[in-house]
Formats: sequence, structure tokens, C-alpha cells
Amino acid sequence: MIDFALPRYQVRRDAEECVGCGICVRECANGVHVARSGGTAPKADHQKCVNCLRCVLTCPTRALTITRWPQVDGGSAVWTLEYLQDIATQATSGGVLLSSMGNPLPYPVYWDHLLLNASQVTNPSIDPLREPMETRVFLGGRPVALEIDERARTLRSPLPPQVKLDVPIMFSAMSFGSVSLNTQRALAMAACELGTLFNVGEGGLHRDLERYADHAVVQVASGRFGVDPRYLNAGAMVEIKIGQGAKPGIGGHLPGEKITAEVSRTRMIPEGADAISPAPHHDIYSIEDLRQLVFSLKEATRYEKPVAVKIAAVHNAAAIASGMARAGAEVIVVDGFRGGTGAAPKRIRDNVGVPVELALAAIDQRLRDEGIRSTVSVVASGSIRSSADVVRAIALGADAVSCGSAPLIALGCHQCGDCARGRCNWGIATQRPELIERLDPDEGAERVVNLVRAWTHEIQEMMGGMGINAVDSLRGNRLMLRGVGLTDRELDILGVKHAGE
Amino acid sequence: MQVNDSRALVGTASAASAANKQEGAQSCPSGFAPAERVTLGALHFKEANEQVRQALDRVDDVALEDVRAQRYLGCALPAGKRLRIHGTPGNDLACFMDGGTVEVLGNAQDQVGNTMNAGEVIVHGRCGDAAGYAMRGGRVFIRDGCGWRAGIHMKAYDARQPVVVVGKDAGSFLGEYMAGGVFVVLGETGDYLARGMHGGVIYLKNPPRAGALSDEVVLSRVDDADLAVLAPLLAEYDRLFASELGYRVSAEAPEFFRVTPASSRPYASMYVR
Repeated sequence: MIDFALPRYQVRRDAEECVGCGICVRECANGVHVARSGGTAPKADHQKCVNCLRCVLTCPTRALTITRWPQVDGGSAVWTLEYLQDIATQATSGGVLLSSMGNPLPYPVYWDHLLLNASQVTNPSIDPLREPMETRVFLGGRPVALEIDERARTLRSPLPPQVKLDVPIMFSAMSFGSVSLNTQRALAMAACELGTLFNVGEGGLHRDLERYADHAVVQVASGRFGVDPRYLNAGAMVEIKIGQGAKPGIGGHLPGEKITAEVSRTRMIPEGADAISPAPHHDIYSIEDLRQLVFSLKEATRYEKPVAVKIAAVHNAAAIASGMARAGAEVIVVDGFRGGTGAAPKRIRDNVGVPVELALAAIDQRLRDEGIRSTVSVVASGSIRSSADVVRAIALGADAVSCGSAPLIALGCHQCGDCARGRCNWGIATQRPELIERLDPDEGAERVVNLVRAWTHEIQEMMGGMGINAVDSLRGNRLMLRGVGLTDRELDILGVKHAGE
Repeated sequence: MQVNDSRALVGTASAASAANKQEGAQSCPSGFAPAERVTLGALHFKEANEQVRQALDRVDDVALEDVRAQRYLGCALPAGKRLRIHGTPGNDLACFMDGGTVEVLGNAQDQVGNTMNAGEVIVHGRCGDAAGYAMRGGRVFIRDGCGWRAGIHMKAYDARQPVVVVGKDAGSFLGEYMAGGVFVVLGETGDYLARGMHGGVIYLKNPPRAGALSDEVVLSRVDDADLAVLAPLLAEYDRLFASELGYRVSAEAPEFFRVTPASSRPYASMYVR
């Protein structure tokens, strides 16, 4: 039988530039570049290329470029080459198609249809280089009303636990196992430096990261990997993961080959066996059950940590978020369908869930309509690509955002989408020692800190332009947004006017 | 639910129990000497657990009286601390428990030993659904039956081998996604037994219901290696409960069945890129 699988990419080598140094052969864990004898240029096995750019960027003479495989399909907009290839793959294997990262299809990116405001004449803009500009936010539950002893200037009503973020940008959940320890270490160090939080995902807290634990969100998901009282009390905040944007409604399988000795110890599971997170938490079949788990975590942490609940952005997210708030969740995290992941079934990734912009706006509005928005914090994630997206998310109603892909890109990720295979040439989505050591956590942390500091400057400038001097004043301030190219219904859900109005 | 407390005396030195009786205590697990009693009545679970924690800060052994379905009792209870519960504890009994001991003189509700790390739970009655959910260590002995999805996602790591023994019937979906540990059922089991099981072992006194097992698991008779694990657990069950049940089970160990996973990687070939 003829193999129907075509390469996705073509490796092009400029014969004049190539000096036959063999760096590309050593750098590519996928085995794309094959050395030939006699000092001649290596040959490329195009089929194996995932377009991670490792060889391109490490080639000392810039002799390599990657292009799309030039084969055309039959010209049908229906039976595209990608569908033909997917069908061939499944006909050969009978397998579920696996992919990585978030939904890549050209659904509307609402961020790109939302424009920001700036002050002109009627109110002054603020110069963030000269005037204080507050980017600090607090996450946690809040009482409906505060009782204050005005004479003693003290708070009478007990305030639930809060976590302080110096910048409204956290790092999304990525477990040790799905990413390397050096990746987590870089994010942890950056979070400490920036005064924000990283999130250990459902992989336990590696003992080397315990020193950063006061900047960690510790996650509790359906597999309960690594969860014990010490873990729960180590972090700054506990997060119950119900779902994630890239794969709403399904669980996770970390394949046995990624369960190395260190991953095994951290998750507290056997080495080499699959780590399976069931699709549901089997103690949560309702809002009432969610409340039960929220309070079991509060009991286990003596009510000293905020409890967050993370859901994928799906239909009825607003009603679900209302239930979550009433179930005792103090931080509501909503992850849109463009949110990245180490592994998701392709059909789920590409077809399930909704854009975070719509879900976020609907959740904020619903909680406001019900008079409970002020009692919880809201965090949005899933394709925050720039400081402008952060500003838009906050103006749509988020207290803060979580970013996963952006800090990984700062560490070297080029969004090739081949994380699940575990051969990440950048040392990120891998457990192979020779690949992990390519990522220096100190340098990585510095790059992530640079990125977030740059974004923070930009956020300050955009806020200053609006005449706003605190993130708290931007939150839910949809008058600072105008839509372009959107229908009335979309504008209605987003709660913004059209540009020109 | 009203259990004669003298039944809890099994295995207790008579001198210790006599001492307890003298101080007006009811019978108790081995060596249990409640220096404090907390009456929960209609208290909200938050207040109840706070009072229990305060009592446990002062003494090691605490008896809880008139317990009316308060959740999370024994949550994260550390080694050296013991609770004896009169009445019916609520859901998530001994959740995240970390070495403590909880004995219930009555029935327990859902999710006994949820994500339990270490310690021991003894229930002189039955329990509800999802007992031992994601349990990683310690032992749970249920005198009577349990609800659905018991032992779901139990896991073992290193020296931590969680054990659940259920004395009567267990509901469907027992051992779903079970990844480690030992689950023993002395009564009947339901449908969809051990679905997705990829670690650990289930011992059954009675053969599974027809069609209950999928080809993800293997059913066999116990062998000597199994008996080395099973016999001490049955002996412990007898020690705890034989006097109140009026029968013993340990002699039947060689007749048991064993359910084990066919693979530790059931989904290794499910995906393709």
C-alpha cells in the first residue's frame, strides 16, 4: 500500500551558504537532517520536519529556510489537502488525531475588532513616565459590603484571603511533565521577579520549585496528581481545574514515556505508566458539588488561600460562572478556545468552545446583572498576544489575565504544535535531558521578565492615554473600547459601541 | 445507623476499655483515649471543623458526639491524631487525610478518604459513592457496603499503597481509572467494573457480574503472592468487625478472585499525529 502521508514542510538549504558544519544534524531531535559522508551538506528528510525553526535559527550561515510543502490540493475549498491527509492518517492507524496548542482556525479574533480610546481635549491624558500609574491588582473574594470602624480606621468585616499581583499578568497552568522543569523554573523565577504568579498545572510542585511556592498557583484537577496537604498549603492560591480552552469537556493523558523518575516523584505516580486525568471530577456533578470541593480545599488550607475555579469558555459560560461564584469560587478563570495546550485531540481543539472575548464579556455582564461581580475576581486567558490584548481583556471585565503561549514564545517556542511528541527542540515540551539543557532557566526568566516589563510599560502608556491611572479603573470600563467590523449582536454581547459612536 | 458502641471494642485491650468505661467513655479503637469530646449537633461544618481542630490542637484523641452530616471531618488530619465519630459524618470524611485515624460508629456518606494521603478510616456501617477517590495512601475499612464509583482513580506511589476493604456489596463503576492500590470487596459488585483500570489490584470474594468486565482487565484466581497481601487485610477486617457481624472472613482468602489491568498504558495506541 502506498503511504498517503505528505510532508507538511519543505526544508530548503542554500548550497552556496551551507558549510557542512553539521549543527543542524545535532540540533534536530526529529532527525530531519541526515549527515552525509565527505563533508558535504546534510540531506533533509522533509517528512519529519515540524517547522520549529531550531535549525533555521542555529545555522551559523543562515543557509536554511522552511517553506510549506508545495503540493496543491484539487482546488476544492471543501476537500482541502489537510482533510485528505487527516483521513489518510486515520485510515492507516484508526487513531484519534492528536494536536497541540490552541484552536488555529480562522474564527473571528475579537481582540482584533476592538479599538482603544484615548483622551483628547475634554480630559487630560496622563504621562506614565512622570506620574504614578498603578498596575497592582488583588485577586480573591470580597464581602458584599465593608464595615469600617472609622474612628480606629480598621476593618470590622473579615476580608477573605487575597493575593497581590504587581502586574495584571499571570502565567497559565503548565504541568511538570507536559513542560520541562527548566521551563517551570524560568516561569517561577520570572513570577517572583515580577511579583505575579505562575501555575504548576496538574503536575504537582517539584521540590526544586518549593522556594518559589509563594508565587505559585497549585492546581487540583480530576487526576489529583501531586495533591496533598503540604502541596495545597504551599501555594499562594489553589485552583480547581474543571476545563481548559483547548480541550473543553475532556480529560488528559500524559503518556507513560513522559513519566520520568522526576515527573513520577512530583506527581506521586508510578514511573512509565500513563497519567490519566478523567474528563470530569467524579466528586463534581453539579454546582452544589463544586461548592463541596471548594470548601474541602478551604478546610484543608484553613481558609487562608483564595480558591480559583477554571473553566473552558463554552456555551452558557455566563450562567456557569454565576454558579461558580455562588459555589464559593473566589477567582473565576475562563480560558478561551485559542488557549494553548501540550496535547489535545485535534477535532476537540478545532471545534469545541468559544472565543474568550465573548465568554469574558458575557460573564462580567451576568455577574454585574446579578449584583455579585464585586464579590469575585475574574481572570481571562486563551490567546493574549500583546499588551493591547491585556488592556482589552481588562476593559471587557477581567481583573487580570493569564498568558501561556506568550511566555513560552519568549523562551523559544515557535508554535510548531508538536508538543505532544515530547521532542521539543527548544527544551520546553520535553523530558529528554539533552533537550531540556538547551533551555537555561536564568536566561529564560530574564527574557520572560523583559517581555512582561515591556508589556507593563505599554499598558501604562495606553491607560495614561485614556486618562486612567490604575488597572482598577480600567476593569470593565467598556467605554474605552469600540468595535469595528462587528454585527449588532456581537457588539451587544461584547457590550461595546461601534467605532464612530 | 444506631450502632451499639460496644461493637467498636474489637481488638481493644480489655484493660483500656475498662478504663474508658470508668470515665464514662464508650468503647473505642485500640488505645483510643478521648481527652476531649466535641458535640457537633446542628453546627455548620465550618464551625464544627474549627472546634474539632482546636480540640485536636490540645489533645491527640477527640470524640465527636451527635454528628449530623457535617462535611470534611478529619480533613488533612495528621499522623498521631485520632477522631472517633458518633453519628453520621458528612461527605468528604478524611479528605486529604495525612496520617490520622478516623473511626465512625455509624454510616459514612460520599467520598470517604477523598485524595487521602495516609492514615486509617474505619466505618462500622456502610458508606456512599466514590469512597477512596484519588486516594494515594492509607487504609479504609468499611464494615458494610459502598455506593458507586468506589476506588475511582486510586493511585499508588512508592511505599504508599492505598487499601480499601468493603465488607458487603459495592455499586457499579468500582475501580474506574484505578491506577494503583488494593481494593477488596467481600460482597457483590455491579456493572462496569474496573473500567479504564491501569494499575493496582481488585480482590473480589464473589465473581464479577456477567459482562461487567471489559478486556482492559484480567480476571484470575488469587495466587500465593496475592494471599500475602489479601490475608492480612481480611484478618484486620475480622479483628475490627467480626464480633459485631458474628462471622469471620479470613479463612476464605484462597477462594478470592483477582482483577488486574491488562496494561499500564491502556491508551498508548489511541492517538495518532
